[in-house]
Amino acid sequence: MTNENLIQYIYGIADNSLILGQRISELCGHGPTLETDIAMTNIALDLLGQTRSYYQYVAELSAKDLTEDDVAFLRTEREYKNVLLVEQPNTDFAYVIVRQYFFDVFHFMLLKELENSKNVNFQAIAKKSLKEVSYHKRFSGDWLKRLGDGTEESKAKAQQAVNDLWVYTDELFQMTDNDILIAEAGYGVDTNPLKSAYYNEITALIKGSTLDIPETPYFQKGGKQGIHTEHMGFILSDMQYMQRTYPDMKW
Amino acid sequence: MSKKNWPLWEVFVRSKNGLEHRHFGSLHAPDADMALKNARDVYTRRSEGVSIWVVESKNIKASNPEDNGEMFEPAADKAYRHPTFYELPDDIEHM
Repeated sequence: MTNENLIQYIYGIADNSLILGQRISELCGHGPTLETDIAMTNIALDLLGQTRSYYQYVAELSAKDLTEDDVAFLRTEREYKNVLLVEQPNTDFAYVIVRQYFFDVFHFMLLKELENSKNVNFQAIAKKSLKEVSYHKRFSGDWLKRLGDGTEESKAKAQQAVNDLWVYTDELFQMTDNDILIAEAGYGVDTNPLKSAYYNEITALIKGSTLDIPETPYFQKGGKQGIHTEHMGFILSDMQYMQRTYPDMKW
Repeated sequence: MSKKNWPLWEVFVRSKNGLEHRHFGSLHAPDADMALKNARDVYTRRSEGVSIWVVESKNIKASNPEDNGEMFEPAADKAYRHPTFYELPDDIEHM
């Protein structure tokens, strides 16, 4: 296991938080109510804060002279290893909540395991992030229940979001060759054993929200190999604009 | 989101253990659970508190400003109700 293996593994985790954080931050000032606006922005900030710890570690591991900003903002699309779920657009509030919930449940399970990693950096990041992510999961889960069990309109929109985003859930558990290598070394997490618990949990909440589980003949994948959906380029052009226009700019 | 607003809630936050809950402000939420979560996000995100109460504003019975005369003015000229006539030893603080 080389440092480069470890770096690629970190991208697989941290890029999810980065891209989802960027996606949610698009909503800043546009939330359905002041209270939900602040709540979602808080979540975005939590996620971006987590990526800082991961990318600082990447900068430390890298043979190149990198800063956390280079890692976050100056990679090309194929070099981002986030799952497709987190780059899906903020179609409406139901999408935002379902996307969040599908990710949060996974994220929580992953961090719970990462807390037992042999790598002390992973342990520390996981421990700190877990408190934030357990709140995210409660927030998104509670909202999903309210949307599903709310008005006819909110129910229809929540069902639509569940149907459309369901195809991106399986990729969360996809293990790349590199993931397997890191997991076998005791540094990373083997996500296979988590999968059934994940589907049990989200299925129970979706059904409890009076919504139906969609039937999907196939699942979308590719993000973990750097093959993204058409949305990714737009996210990056937004996110990277400042660093590309004013290289090495600082706050 | 419909034009009809969610109910209004009053938020009370205890800023640290040992202190009482104090009124911090108000917010809108569809129910008590959400009011608590919203309060957490709106009022304690800079670590202002260790405990939150929320109560729906309509459940608060408030005094009517028109009644201020009979409610509060009679107390104005009764200085002897203040415990200011006791000599306090110097060692007692925070009185």
